[in-house]
Amino acid sequence: MKIMTCPINGPRLISEFAYGGELRAMPDPAACGDDAWSDYVFHRNSAPGVKREWWCHTPSNTWFIAERDTEQDRILRTYLYGEQP
Amino acid sequence: MRRLPPVPGEWIDRDRPLTFRFEGRSFRGFAGDTLTSALLAEGESMLGRSFKYHRPRGVLSFANHDVNAVVQLGDQPNARADVTPLDEGMTLTAVNTFGGLRKDRASLLGAMARFLPVGFYYKAFHTKALFPLWERVFRALTGLGKVDLDAPRWRTPKRYGFCDVLVIGAGPSGLAAALAAAEQGARVTLVDENARPGGSGGYALGADPGRARQTAELVDAARAHPRIELITGAYAAGYYADHWVPLVTPERMIKMRARAVIVASGAYEQPAVFRNNDLPGVMLASAAQRLLYRHAVQPMHRAVVLVANADGYRAALDLAAHGVKIAAVIDLRPQSCLTDAELALTKRGIRILPGSCIVEARPGDGGRVASACVGPFEERGNTPTITETIDCDGILMSVGWAPTANLLYQAGTRMRYEPSLAQFVPDVLPEGVFACGRVNGTYTLDARLLDGRRAGSAAAAHAGFGEPKTITVPPETDAPNHPWPMIPHPKGKNFVDFDEDLQFKDFENAVQEGFDNIELLKRFSTVGMGPSQGKHSNMNALRILARLTGRTPGQVGSTTARPMFHPVPMAILGGRGFHPERRTPMHDQHEALGAVWMPAGDWRRPEYYARPDVARDECIREEARSVREGVGLIDVGTLGKLEIIGPDAAAFLERVYTSRYSNMKVGMTRYALMCDESGVVIDDGVVARLAEDHFYFTTTTSGATAVYRELSRLNLEWRMDCGIVNHTGAHAAVNLAGPRAREVLAAITALDLSAAAFPYLAVREGKVAGIPARLMRVGFVGEWGYEIHVPARSGAALWEALMKAGAAHGIRPFGVEAQRLLRLEKGHIIIGQDTDGLTTPLEIGMDWALKMDKPFFVGQRSMEILARKPRKQTLVGFTLPEHGLAPKECHLVIERNEIAGRVTSIAWSPALQRHIGLAFVDPDLAARGHFRIRTEHGAMIEATVSPTPFYDPDNLKQKEVS
Repeated sequence: MKIMTCPINGPRLISEFAYGGELRAMPDPAACGDDAWSDYVFHRNSAPGVKREWWCHTPSNTWFIAERDTEQDRILRTYLYGEQP
Repeated sequence: MRRLPPVPGEWIDRDRPLTFRFEGRSFRGFAGDTLTSALLAEGESMLGRSFKYHRPRGVLSFANHDVNAVVQLGDQPNARADVTPLDEGMTLTAVNTFGGLRKDRASLLGAMARFLPVGFYYKAFHTKALFPLWERVFRALTGLGKVDLDAPRWRTPKRYGFCDVLVIGAGPSGLAAALAAAEQGARVTLVDENARPGGSGGYALGADPGRARQTAELVDAARAHPRIELITGAYAAGYYADHWVPLVTPERMIKMRARAVIVASGAYEQPAVFRNNDLPGVMLASAAQRLLYRHAVQPMHRAVVLVANADGYRAALDLAAHGVKIAAVIDLRPQSCLTDAELALTKRGIRILPGSCIVEARPGDGGRVASACVGPFEERGNTPTITETIDCDGILMSVGWAPTANLLYQAGTRMRYEPSLAQFVPDVLPEGVFACGRVNGTYTLDARLLDGRRAGSAAAAHAGFGEPKTITVPPETDAPNHPWPMIPHPKGKNFVDFDEDLQFKDFENAVQEGFDNIELLKRFSTVGMGPSQGKHSNMNALRILARLTGRTPGQVGSTTARPMFHPVPMAILGGRGFHPERRTPMHDQHEALGAVWMPAGDWRRPEYYARPDVARDECIREEARSVREGVGLIDVGTLGKLEIIGPDAAAFLERVYTSRYSNMKVGMTRYALMCDESGVVIDDGVVARLAEDHFYFTTTTSGATAVYRELSRLNLEWRMDCGIVNHTGAHAAVNLAGPRAREVLAAITALDLSAAAFPYLAVREGKVAGIPARLMRVGFVGEWGYEIHVPARSGAALWEALMKAGAAHGIRPFGVEAQRLLRLEKGHIIIGQDTDGLTTPLEIGMDWALKMDKPFFVGQRSMEILARKPRKQTLVGFTLPEHGLAPKECHLVIERNEIAGRVTSIAWSPALQRHIGLAFVDPDLAARGHFRIRTEHGAMIEATVSPTPFYDPDNLKQKEVS
């Protein structure tokens, strides 16, 4: 089982974590067209590479950002939202 | 075959003789014997029958891979005789025989071999019509031991282990690695599947006791080292991410987490492929050495040794030193290499025939090998001419090895074929994974010890202990493996796979039929798919395929190695049954009242309360009737219960729910509907405003965890000035409902319950039965009611106080089923039952809950788009005729032979005296006012669209008449 490092609780088993989707900026709903909005809602880039994702350490409900190389299946680093090193 | 006088270092205890029965006859052995060693010592060479042709088989590997020598051992169906320890009074039978091992009637199958070609299963099953016939035949003929369905449950709690460096394999290189890592300060766990450590250092001696002594010293040093934990009799069953390795012992699985892993797992010796290479008495050279040195069993009297490497010469010396007459050493290689072992053999006057091979082995009476027919070996030739027949009662094969690289492959190691070794070796190892010894292509003893020290030092350094030492391991000068140990024969029976009885020609046929990729070849021919998973066949299969397709083994590549490395008993994998469940604080009260439980996520909830001699449906209707006519009490403590506090609390709720909350008065509640970004309904609940900046709100039972988690994330992302607290497990909650609810509650609270002081949809805080409580006047079931939330520790007291206060009013507890019926009569939907993963609020008549003029809420932008599109479906209420069949949930609405909707909820309504339900239907059917539902036996039922609520359409029951 993989190990992930929670920025608050340290390295823990991956079974203690929940994935929260890729970190993506929401387009301005008032300004963007239907196509752009649909693209934001429904399309995900699954191409392997380095992703920035929301992850949650569920026992402590700690949300944070993980940078993950999905091609190598490696967790590169984790940090609290807004505290990117 | 016989038991030898005591051999130094033997594993058997001659002071503890044991008796056992095999195939109806009595045998003797010693403690420390395995089933195979004891039987061999008693002169039994036929231990089992092969899987397909039922040919007699004996020892092949004596290393946990002898899948033709498996026995039924009580309720254990397929005990491997080569490694299962002997115990007093054991009763064993061979598996896969018809009428016993010696006179197996199914051995006739061998004569029918030409009717059982490669890919037989595929061909047999190709015609569908014959499938049932073949299935019966195969089921009768195949399968090994018998599973005892009454076997007692075997409890195997798992253990969790942690170490800095895990060393897999306690042979010479593994021992050296463990010591090197421990000396640098790492905590080392050293694991070996054998009963004792030492590996080949204890038996591949070439009659040189110095080798055994060297190994024994390493074992002693490892045992004495305070930082080395030695686990024997346990195999590493797989490699999982971040160095997680399950170690399987006879009793349990140890889930070992390491900082670095050293694979020192050695190599499997590989058979040579010649006619009748499967006769009892033909075995791998290392098997004979293990029998000699571990169990003092002389495996034969007169041996022919087929070799292609130095290991074979050493094996011949080991046999010769223990009284075995070596009739000849047959070397596939054209020239001898003049090693010390070779010279020692020559000195003993033993014949060495270079450039030769065994064309075929011939059986004598009783099926055991009686002679070896020898001829010149030509790597590319056809079947050689037999030049000489040598009498013998045993043949040793020592032509090469295959690396035990299963765990390396699983860890993601890139392997490469090294032509100078004729072996796959690790090319690029993953971070923190190391290899040494034979699996790393290192064969001479001194080199293996150096390689072990190198890997041990590097692994310890990786784990944070010391610096990696530079140790140069000299390259091998003598190839340990022959690239083509195959001798074709027109009559076949030259086996490549002993599990599946696959012969050389089967591979030629498979390739001719187009299965020329290793993965295809495996699936078509079943090579490597038997219980040993190709440990003795994959390498040869790969060599054959490479040659037949004109490629190198490196180009062919190997099949994917997956866990488990070795069959792991289900009981070990399953471990203890552990199903966590959540109970509300009133659990014991429900139990005492006869609750029939149902799961609701992790929770257990009363489905209904059973009464003696009353059927389930009647119990549910009685519960519903008491709510409609008197008063009922239901435990709703499983609802998600959240609190949000802060200046931005109202603004936050407005962003996550579709309705408006900023204009809500303190002390009031409002329905709350939650959508995702695509505008799909995901949850609902009730929001209560306790103060300007303080809200208490509920979620569905199943949505509680996800909603709290997502709201926490959004709060972080939006950086709003509010905080969310999850009280789900900390609060108990009940719903007291019915025309007499107010009277019951009034008896145990000082709160003013008058309609003016505590109106419909209001929230109040006060004490109920002395317990601080939050009360909400909501009407989910459509009667006058109070949802009462209290601290969990007071939940049971609240329940008992309400039941006591209600006794005079005929209060009845009601369960989830009665609540479902009551809410259906009100036309209230249940998220997840009356909605699915695509349902929008527009389809379920919730337009009123969407405040589209708010600046933002999750799903709002998508809703704008959806609102402009035609509806695909709409949720409607329907009724059925008073009499007749009723459909079930999920039965389909059919219109012109097409699916036009489905039933989401249905129940018999006591209030309406007929079935009522909710269904998704095409909007034009909703407009037409009637539709047809297909029941499970094909009958069509006419349903009439009905407005909801079905019961009390003006909601007069649940609130004061204004």
